[in-house]
Amino acid sequence: MNFLFLSWLVLGLGACAAALPWRSARITALLGGGSAVLGCVSGLIAVGQGLVAERAATFSLPWSMPGGSFSLRLDGLSAFFLLPLFIVGLVGALYGTEYMQKEKACLHWSWYNLLLVSMAMVVTAANGLLFLFAWECMSLTSFFLVITEYNKSEVVAAGWIYLLATHLGAACLFAFFLSAGAFCGSLDFASFQHLNKLTGPVVSVLFLLLLAGFGSKAGIFPLHVWLPDAHPAAPSHVSALMSGVMVKTAIYGLLRMCSFFTASPVWWGGLLMAIGITGALFGIAMAAMQSDVKRSLAYSTVENVGIILLALGFWMQSRAAGQHVVAALALAGGLIHLLNHALFKSLLFLGAGSLMHGSDSRDLNRMGGLMCRMPVTGLMIVCGGMAISALPPFNGLVGEWFIYRALLESGAALSGLGGFFPVMLVGCLALVGGLVLIVMTRIIGIALTGVPRSPEAAEAHEAGWPMRSAMIVLALLCLAGGLLPIQLLRVAGRAAVLLDPESAQLFAGQVITPWWLGIMAFLLIGALLAAFSFNRWRQGRGTVAAASTWGCGFAFPSNRMTYSAESYSELAQSGMFCSCLTPKSKDGRTIGFFPIRRFFVFTAPDPVLEKFFKPLFQRLADYCRRCCRLQSGNLHIYLLYVFCTTILLLFWVGQR
Amino acid sequence: MRITILQLFLHLLLLFGFSPLLSGVIGKTKALFTGRVGPPFLQLYFDIWKLFGKGMVISRTTTWIFRAGPVVGLAVPLLAGLLIPFGPVGAPISFSGDLIFFVYLFALSRFFTACAALDTGSSFEGMGAVREVTFSCLAEPTVFFVFIVLARLSGSFSLDAMFGQTLAASWHTAAPSLLLILVCLFIVTLVENCRIPFDDPTTHLELTMIHEVMVLDHSGPDFGMILYGAAMKLFVFGALVVRLFLPGTTGNMALDILLFIGGILFMAVVVGVIESVMARLRLLRIPQLLVGASLLSFFSLILLLR
Repeated sequence: MNFLFLSWLVLGLGACAAALPWRSARITALLGGGSAVLGCVSGLIAVGQGLVAERAATFSLPWSMPGGSFSLRLDGLSAFFLLPLFIVGLVGALYGTEYMQKEKACLHWSWYNLLLVSMAMVVTAANGLLFLFAWECMSLTSFFLVITEYNKSEVVAAGWIYLLATHLGAACLFAFFLSAGAFCGSLDFASFQHLNKLTGPVVSVLFLLLLAGFGSKAGIFPLHVWLPDAHPAAPSHVSALMSGVMVKTAIYGLLRMCSFFTASPVWWGGLLMAIGITGALFGIAMAAMQSDVKRSLAYSTVENVGIILLALGFWMQSRAAGQHVVAALALAGGLIHLLNHALFKSLLFLGAGSLMHGSDSRDLNRMGGLMCRMPVTGLMIVCGGMAISALPPFNGLVGEWFIYRALLESGAALSGLGGFFPVMLVGCLALVGGLVLIVMTRIIGIALTGVPRSPEAAEAHEAGWPMRSAMIVLALLCLAGGLLPIQLLRVAGRAAVLLDPESAQLFAGQVITPWWLGIMAFLLIGALLAAFSFNRWRQGRGTVAAASTWGCGFAFPSNRMTYSAESYSELAQSGMFCSCLTPKSKDGRTIGFFPIRRFFVFTAPDPVLEKFFKPLFQRLADYCRRCCRLQSGNLHIYLLYVFCTTILLLFWVGQR
Repeated sequence: MRITILQLFLHLLLLFGFSPLLSGVIGKTKALFTGRVGPPFLQLYFDIWKLFGKGMVISRTTTWIFRAGPVVGLAVPLLAGLLIPFGPVGAPISFSGDLIFFVYLFALSRFFTACAALDTGSSFEGMGAVREVTFSCLAEPTVFFVFIVLARLSGSFSLDAMFGQTLAASWHTAAPSLLLILVCLFIVTLVENCRIPFDDPTTHLELTMIHEVMVLDHSGPDFGMILYGAAMKLFVFGALVVRLFLPGTTGNMALDILLFIGGILFMAVVVGVIESVMARLRLLRIPQLLVGASLLSFFSLILLLR
């Protein structure tokens, strides 16, 4: 706990120091970034203590807020969520010191440090009011980080959508906490145990409030609309922090609150699973159609959150049904995938930022051939792409392996409808896995390999050492997770003890151990090395000549002839996706005998935003505009309003 | 321990020694149908041997990814071959949940083959990469459904046990399901190994190829490794089909191994016959056939679930 306070102190001092008007941006970056790095190191020590300690560390101070107390609690679940926070916060700060050099970064570092503090406070708060306070701080600081480039109109638009979505979610959370506090008599989490006694439809309403409130932050399926705009708009290390960690704080909230309802009905899990798999399929299908690399990664976050939700929902359902082995597998899968996603998605966002830095564009079609000019960034993106596609020997496979095993175990054991749904989900998950492969080979194949598609890409430059080392650290962690899956399970086990003690007992035993996955990862590396050395040995005899790519005898292909990002996903889109996802194209036809200059625009807007939320809010705005008549601008009328209101209030008081 | 080492030895022997023979048998069958003499049975051995001694020509646009494709393409079927039983010879490596690892191993090889193809910057190879990743994305649910059927029947989640002793007994109790998944697994074998009706390995037009077009720019030892890896992949998938088809044992190990080899050669003949009597499907039809196959495998699962 002391190290956590030290971390907050360092981060807070850094935030203040970075806010001062220093003469050069370098000093600001050094103060802000340096304090963030130091704070995260101190935070990581606290996490280590929290993961090792047998008992939860608590801390409490009186707070003058009515109903609030400044009480904190660092237990296994909190430590599990703090771990990715401080890892990604640390590498993000390192990355940012170089990334933000070009940009005008007034107050950037203050917001960054405060975001880290508020996220850590969200995860450790043990009082409803403190939680909401930290939650709001997190939303606001991340909003200011999203609109770092506030002179661009699309960035500001993305920021507003984000602010709106996050506050609509926060409204649900206020409703939940106030009603839970009213029932339990106190807003302290310790007294929330009484929620267990609630029965009837009230419980379901509370759960739906939680789902809407946290879901809007986590980007679960119909509430994800802010995510694909806001994550790309932010600077890349902030995108990494938001996509990798901030989204997970919402999952933390959901898990923490659901842990108070120990006897949850079966349909909660079913609902989470349905939302999860829909979101996974939708997210990855949309990711396959975006030509903006960061937008594609943001949609992939929607997909991964869907997978995590699917696993957690399956855990809830099987726990309610009393299948402890399946519940343990699903819980382990959900938690490990959550941790892994924080690592590889951050890695990919940092890599995407490095590509943008090098080629001056976010559009995949303006990159190309960057592997030659940015070898380290390229290698790191390949590593991240392998991890997110759940390919051995990286960590992504470990989480998915548990989720698949949970579904398979239950599908093979149950019969009738009980076995039907897990089996269906295995098929859907396999389809999602195949689509992830399309998305990742598309990003790697179009952006990194082939020929440069724009003059800027032809002159791209590699990132400096802070950006490179940040990516290398994350890639090594991803590889380590794949080679030592037992350690991942052990860390997840610390969080699982608090959520489901019965299943957590299985984490240590032989029943669900992923021991063999680690062995297989080592064997795979061995086989790859053997094949590689054989290749080198045979090549030693012959000569290696360089020539141009085979083009059926045409030796001068231009970069306009190669496969583009849209053409790469066209087959999947036309053959597999439903028609509501069809991207919009403008002016693609050429008619007439002689070639003329034409422009072809291809966009894939979010169908949920376009077809549901935009008309809904448009209609709301129309209704509200009618109320404008009340605002006449005449002072006398306003005084009349005040008078009438006072009279009405007097009547009301008199009635009581 | 000694048995495991013997199994490992036999696996490697069969995988390295016999896998290129299948291509020769397929070629001979097709030649027989068209009334030609055809290339000798050992043609692929000669080809691979020749390629391993040759120099290389590499496109100027390529990077290390291009060279990684063949390396992964050889290492993956090798490791995957160790996870499955070859007829009566049990798998040297087997653990609960290895079927998931098996599926994702092949995804790894697909990932690198597609990236290596795109590395050349050629539209043809991009086209091949798109088709490969899209079609196998549709084939993956089928593989899982087939494996779930077998897992239900055997009560185990390791490929060794799923394709193990219990299979013969399962044919008595759940023959319709097993027959359906045999068909599905055979379809998956054809699509994963790029055979007719999904892809024509001997076509001459780049526009219609899938697998061959992705490796257009590979040459010399790299190409030799790709051919060897593809042959091993066909052998691995063929071994699963044959094991499903011939689950019984005679009790005599040597006879069983001969039976297994005979079975896998017979499967090669069947593939050759299909390639002789059928044309390649139109590309638009391929997703429909694949979805049909996964529905079929799902149906076989429903037969068991009821």
